[in-house]
Amino acid sequence: MSIAIEADLFLDVRGVAKRFGENAVLAGVDLAVPRGSVVTVLGKSGTGKSVFLKCLAGIVTPDAGEIRFDGKPLNAGDAGCRAEFRRRCSYLFQSNALLDSLTVLENVALPLESTTQVPNREIRERALEALRQLDLEKHSDRHPGQLSGGMQKRLALARAIVTRPELVLFDEPTAGLDPLRRNAVFEMIVKYQRQFGFTAVLVTHDLPEALVSSDQVALLDGGRMRFQGTPAEFNASDDPTVRSFRDSAGELRDTIAALRRGETVQNRNDL
Amino acid sequence: MTRALGHYTLRIVRELGDFGLFTSRSLGAAVGSRKLGRRVVRSIYEQGVRCVPVIMIVGLFTGLVLGLQGYYVLNKFGSSGLLGTLVSLTLVRELAPVLAALMLVGQAGSALAAELGIQRNSEQIDALETMGADAHAYLISPRLIAAVLVFPIQTAFFCLIGLFGGYLSGSVVLALQPGVYWSAVFRAVHPVDVRECMIKAAIFGVLTIAICAYNGFNAHRRTSSSGARAVSASTTRAVVISSITVLAADYVITSFLV
Repeated sequence: MSIAIEADLFLDVRGVAKRFGENAVLAGVDLAVPRGSVVTVLGKSGTGKSVFLKCLAGIVTPDAGEIRFDGKPLNAGDAGCRAEFRRRCSYLFQSNALLDSLTVLENVALPLESTTQVPNREIRERALEALRQLDLEKHSDRHPGQLSGGMQKRLALARAIVTRPELVLFDEPTAGLDPLRRNAVFEMIVKYQRQFGFTAVLVTHDLPEALVSSDQVALLDGGRMRFQGTPAEFNASDDPTVRSFRDSAGELRDTIAALRRGETVQNRNDL
Repeated sequence: MTRALGHYTLRIVRELGDFGLFTSRSLGAAVGSRKLGRRVVRSIYEQGVRCVPVIMIVGLFTGLVLGLQGYYVLNKFGSSGLLGTLVSLTLVRELAPVLAALMLVGQAGSALAAELGIQRNSEQIDALETMGADAHAYLISPRLIAAVLVFPIQTAFFCLIGLFGGYLSGSVVLALQPGVYWSAVFRAVHPVDVRECMIKAAIFGVLTIAICAYNGFNAHRRTSSSGARAVSASTTRAVVISSITVLAADYVITSFLV
């Protein structure tokens, strides 16, 4: 495993483990996230990427391990520490998790109402400003269910950045989107990351987009982080797990060509 | 057998403790919650305005049946003039708070349990918590406050329409003089009866809405089912437990008040 930069770690995760009954999803996961960087966690479906991100956000309590945020340990039992983390961190859910009973504007205003003592008028202005930045201002009175999938994703992003967080956790932000929208979401993340200077941790399957938009990539497999390093290091890695993930497109091309030639291809057992 | 009984008892005790903590946390979270008033008004609309038709219909038919049955029974003893007493005391002391609460469980309580279950399933409650919002203050407190206000008002509506139903049966369909019916009603019902009726309604309101909210909010903790099935199972459980609780609580409260 390639080791990440040690200096100025904003988020430092060591040995995080989580088990659901007999199923050990995470078996000692490490991740180092430098301040102001975009770190993407890659991995196959079902390897526990979302569980890992939920452990970071405090939605799921890990069974073991240590998470340090800005140098201080995050303990599930320390309510003050968690509240401070939640004030400085945002989470973008894979399903967007928009409150469907609220309007677009109310959804974006909600984190400000919850975490700040800002007057209502200023909350409205800041929420409208976030909607304006993501081209959603004219939909402010509609409900999330009346928006398209891409607009809902933008709304979730507006809600995530409205508090000007220092850390944003993105859980598969491009799941279910077409390639054009996928690119747009990655562009949006990088653009606002540069603009607001937050640190971003992404979980995704989209390898090409992740490699061009991230400062570091990590690969989660078998409950452990098999690799963490820069995209260049990822491309150069000889690690068999990294190679298999990286070269999956080429493997698919070879397999399809073999099938078309009428050759027998062994069934994959890693679905 | 003993082991299974022990496990079951422990589970019930643990769940009762959990429920107590959930309810007290939800009531406590109301203190200082931002925009609470707006959410309470919305909850009053959901539990109140939307449930008025069903309360009116059930109240009317309850009064009609009481008037009909009561008239024939009392008439056998030459006491049909006491029909107003029978209908009013039966409604005010027992039937109105209990039946109104059961109707509200069926309409507002089941909707609340299902809504919270879906919000849990679609990660909306997790999203609230990651945003630093107190999900109890946001989702549960306004509903409990609204229940304390709405259940007594709905019960009062039930009583009034039930009394009118008794009048229709006794004086319009049958031969009782309207003046005899209404004067018996006014003589029979004392302020203490109305007060007890309102106290019962408020207690039923908090209990049933808390039970429905608890089941919906914790839909994800069901081990026997998941997804849509967990929501439906939680909603069913919420309605069944709430209904039984109303009847059991009615007995306990009545034994203290009588």
